[in-house]
Amino acid sequence: MKHVARWALDVAAVRGAEYADVRVLAQRSRALTTKNGKVGSASDAESVGMNVRVLAEGAWGFAASAELVRGAVEATAARAVEIARASARVKRDNVRLAPEKPIVAEWTTPYKIDPFTVSVDENIDLLLKIDQELRAVDGVTLAEANLNFNRDEQWFLSSEGADIHQTKLSTGAGYAAYAFAGNEIQKRSYPNSYGGQWQNKGYELIDELKLVENARRVAEEAVALHKADQCPEGTFDVILDSSQLGLQIHESVGHPIELDRVLGMEANFAGTSFLTLDKLRTLRYGSDLVNVVADARQEHGPGLGTFGFDDEGVPAQCTPIITNGLFTGYLSSRETAHAIGENRSGGTLRAEAWNRLPMIRMTNISLLPRQKPLSLERLIATTDHGILMETNRSWSIDDKRYNFQFGCEIGWEIKNGKRARMLKNPSYSGITTEFWNALDAICSREEWTLWGTPNCGKGQPQQVIGTGHGASPARFRRIKVGSAFKS
Amino acid sequence: MQTKDHASEVFNRIKKLSSADEVEVHFSGGRFALTRFANNTIHQNVAEENSTVSVRTVFDGRTARASTNKFDDESLRQVVRASESLAKVQHPDPDLLPMPDAQEAMGSMDENNAGASARPTQPPSRYFEQTAAITPQQRAEGVRKIVGVANRYKLTSAGVFSSADSVEGIFNSRGLIAWHTQTLAETSITMLGSDSSGWQKANSPDVSNLDPLGLAETAAKKALDSAHPREIPAEKYTVILEPAAVLDIVGFMFWDYSGMALLDQRSFLNGRIGTKLFGDNVTIWDDVYYPLQTGCPFDGEGMRRQRLALVENGVVKRVVYARATAERMRRSDLRGTAGPITATGHGFPLPNEMGEMPLNIVFDAPNSSQTQAAEEMIASTERGLLVTRLWYIREVEPFEKILTGMTRDGTFLVENGRVVGGVRNFRFNESLIHMLSNVEAMSAPVRSSGEESFDMVVPAMKVRDFNFTEVTKF
Repeated sequence: MKHVARWALDVAAVRGAEYADVRVLAQRSRALTTKNGKVGSASDAESVGMNVRVLAEGAWGFAASAELVRGAVEATAARAVEIARASARVKRDNVRLAPEKPIVAEWTTPYKIDPFTVSVDENIDLLLKIDQELRAVDGVTLAEANLNFNRDEQWFLSSEGADIHQTKLSTGAGYAAYAFAGNEIQKRSYPNSYGGQWQNKGYELIDELKLVENARRVAEEAVALHKADQCPEGTFDVILDSSQLGLQIHESVGHPIELDRVLGMEANFAGTSFLTLDKLRTLRYGSDLVNVVADARQEHGPGLGTFGFDDEGVPAQCTPIITNGLFTGYLSSRETAHAIGENRSGGTLRAEAWNRLPMIRMTNISLLPRQKPLSLERLIATTDHGILMETNRSWSIDDKRYNFQFGCEIGWEIKNGKRARMLKNPSYSGITTEFWNALDAICSREEWTLWGTPNCGKGQPQQVIGTGHGASPARFRRIKVGSAFKS
Repeated sequence: MQTKDHASEVFNRIKKLSSADEVEVHFSGGRFALTRFANNTIHQNVAEENSTVSVRTVFDGRTARASTNKFDDESLRQVVRASESLAKVQHPDPDLLPMPDAQEAMGSMDENNAGASARPTQPPSRYFEQTAAITPQQRAEGVRKIVGVANRYKLTSAGVFSSADSVEGIFNSRGLIAWHTQTLAETSITMLGSDSSGWQKANSPDVSNLDPLGLAETAAKKALDSAHPREIPAEKYTVILEPAAVLDIVGFMFWDYSGMALLDQRSFLNGRIGTKLFGDNVTIWDDVYYPLQTGCPFDGEGMRRQRLALVENGVVKRVVYARATAERMRRSDLRGTAGPITATGHGFPLPNEMGEMPLNIVFDAPNSSQTQAAEEMIASTERGLLVTRLWYIREVEPFEKILTGMTRDGTFLVENGRVVGGVRNFRFNESLIHMLSNVEAMSAPVRSSGEESFDMVVPAMKVRDFNFTEVTKF
């Protein structure tokens, strides 16, 4: 595929591009679902194509094509330059790229079992076994389960001399049990809602998740919610399980730190950010216990934001985002790094596919665990009166990322250090920095999970990409609970 | 770009490569280009061309699908092999029907659907050469004019100007052929002041229907008029929702207008078909043939889409059905409460777990004496809010259809019949059933586009007692 990239780079140079990079990408995916004892969908897909990104007259152009024959590739490169010249008609300043040493490298996601080598028979048997367990519980009216596998093999070459061959592999799995009765639909999911758990791993993830072993309990909880009390409205101490906290990090830390949002580039769609540039190293984002990093390196774990190099050839890095509560870093790219006084990109530019422009995306945005041991059960034991909330059910936040509201699938009232009654329809809301400053306890590494969010949407045309979020359960003092159901 | 003749030739090659009982091939793709601007400058500018072929095979009641965007012989052989391999290891599906032939795909008049009127055989042409031919230079020129408006008012603009040229086609081994071509041009504009913003968006198959300058002027006026927003308490207000706000919130209920959603017991319409759920003034159609609609007139199996009344005068009349869903519902214990049961041409490509959905929503205009322009709604409001747009809407409770979300890009206080200024944005938690029961006035419906749901033909609405629960910081 490198020859394809070189055809494009040559034409871009001849046409006058000041900079060009090319990605040739082969993507493969498999999606299997079951529903109420039957296979819901079974599909395999592959998509192969290339794109050229150029700077000409100080402005960006981008063109992509599925045709990899020489004539089509060269025409695509020429189109990218033509588009860049059109962009230059409406520009203020020339685009400046932070320097990056061109790298020649190979990188592959570490894995034990290639999921595409596991037979579909075996996949479907597993899903149907889960389905059977879920529907063995009286009151379950709908059982859904899914398995997903993805492989992206990419060749990245640039006019500066970068030459990177990178293969990423991801696996996802999960299920949900629904119980419809009276005028209510209740739901429980495992290991997380909206597709379960996803990581950059092989099929070994499936065994680690203990899917079948947890199905009966999850189904029983879905049914039991019908008899549970409504979560009260008021101000409570709240403990969030690690999956819900992962989404809280995604929405109220991950998105506001995207430097393109901060600089107004996403104002028309995803929105902007309350984290204006004056807040860097001055804003108390959270309490002293809050330490958040953006870490794309393999040593952080197999998150959906783990890679060797981003989509403009910058190596994976770890950026401190919140340090002992102080806001210390943004997610940046080669184009935006200078806006925060950096002379190097933070390495966060990624694209969904070969026909999409790479843009600043979350890597693994993780809340670091407490150093001293603290289990969830011990955290509950030190809480006089509060509510434990598990597994996301709804999420919403304003376009500057101040005001949020989350609903969870299940809650538990905590009284005198013990789990008391089950609560249905728990929800909480707040303002981002007030919320993170209310964190007063966080569990240690044993309770920490690197969650995958496979469905993060951003950009025009919209791109959906996977991000990672490590978290262990944490407690937040005096949080507003239940206003979602206030009529 | 893919042509019908080329697709036919590819289909014949695939048919020869397959040993399946039945074969269905979907073709999709086209050209897409988008010029994106922010901070009054073009910062992203992209173009792509792609075509996909997707093969569904059937062996003795087992089916599966595989797709590729490569059309050489070896790739087609591989995609057929992938589809067949996946299909052969499935368990037999007792609900799987033989593929429809051309005659079945044309459908029969649904006698149970009292609201169905004379059906056109084809939608109006949705392919316009001048939209397909838009160049990067023309898009840049359009953006330059929008930026000119921003500069004139000392505002900052952001947005997109895009154009697309697409095909969708289905061929199957029982002789069915369905083919649709379409163009679409779209403009979305945000104007930003120091503490305020305004937004407008529109699209059309025919670029000459777009008025980027008019949209820019309206967005700029909203940004200027909402400057220095005041904070007022979150509580119930009478709201005037502009069409984009209406479509973004009502769009969350149409997944439930599906026979499969009833069978799965995940629809808020379970047990409610035939009941009066909304106000007398709410009548909703699904109508792909409506001139302001877009999209192709057939579903994922090639079945012709029917024009259907989903809601009449507040009464939920029916849901839509794919062929297999209709068969399942006829055998189900729920059939007595499921409304008219017939395949309506709204199915997703098989195999899938969601069944079907209406995607061409058209709200009926109230009779002319009751239609009010948004300005008249404002004039008749003692105290309320004018809402340009809603954002980040999610379902909080699925059976009462309580939704949460935010206002955005132009939220105004209305007092004594006039707009008195901008207010800080609110979070709402509101039941769609409650909202559509409290509609006091509607404008004439217009084609509208938002970001939270698919495009629709909807009116502006004046709604009493809309439930706001929190205020944000801007």
